[in-house]
Amino acid sequence: MAEELYEIVAKALLLDRSAITDDLTYNSIPEWDSVAHMALIAELEAAYDVMLDTDDIVAMSTVGAIREILKKYDVEA
Amino acid sequence: MSKPDLLAGRVALVTGASRGIGQAIAKGLVEAGAEVWIAARTPGSLDAEAEALTAAGPGKAHAVYLDVGDPAAIKQTFALIQKTNRRLDILVNNAGILKASMIEMASVDMMDETYAVNLRSVLVSAQYAARLMARNGGGSIINLTSIMGRFGYAGQSVYSASKAGVIGATQSLAKEFAARQIRVNAVAPGAIDTSLIEGLSEEKRQETVSSIGMGRLGKPEDVAGLVVFLASDQSAYITGQVIGVDGGMVV
Repeated sequence: MAEELYEIVAKALLLDRSAITDDLTYNSIPEWDSVAHMALIAELEAAYDVMLDTDDIVAMSTVGAIREILKKYDVEA
Repeated sequence: MSKPDLLAGRVALVTGASRGIGQAIAKGLVEAGAEVWIAARTPGSLDAEAEALTAAGPGKAHAVYLDVGDPAAIKQTFALIQKTNRRLDILVNNAGILKASMIEMASVDMMDETYAVNLRSVLVSAQYAARLMARNGGGSIINLTSIMGRFGYAGQSVYSASKAGVIGATQSLAKEFAARQIRVNAVAPGAIDTSLIEGLSEEKRQETVSSIGMGRLGKPEDVAGLVVFLASDQSAYITGQVIGVDGGMVV
């Protein structure tokens, strides 16, 4: 399952899959800025068929945090 | 009125669709082939309208009920569209309230309610619409403002402020969403012949008409025609604009 989440993050941020870890952090690299974050949110919503709350979008500041927050939406990513 | 295939395959949401301008917009979009969610506050009030629009075609309509002043209800509505259609191409933020009051007599509650319904709803809806639209390569958001939001009107400070806010939101969202191919434009009607105008005295009505260069009140269809254009690919390179539909009215 982690594999799928990593693929989604890599695709949205236009990064190589090997660059993705749970510790990768929003705004720590140029590829994950606020514009890319919106692309990522759209990818996540489409992939897992969820509609995220604004608070959760803000809180998704690492790949690990994304996985944790998705559990609230009954998604095991 | 429109080409029946102009918006074929497109999914739209129109708020405040139970009467007047919103009703005409919904009809215009269905006539252009779109699948339209028509929204109003009162449960059940649009069921018959949705059936009639679908029967007339070539697009179709579904009724959905929400108070746009309630952000949770906005979210539920977008979740419903996501679940049903998995896409949204057109959002028409038309729902609004107008409570005339001299500023010294305007209550804070009335101010807050007006901002929540007329302005905050536009911003909250944009949060959800942008994500749904971005998935399918873009979309068109059309916000209803008013001639009063552009030029002001005595006794309408609160309403005018909310509608001026809609213009600021439109221009900023257009810039923010441009890279995602989501266009955002505002339509600013003048005096349109709807139930809002019916309440005026004959004298006030005459006075209003005399301030309109073209010498007549606007029809809801006059506004709908522009909205259909802005919803379609005919306006593919137009974003961040505020377009008056006012017959040359001076306020």
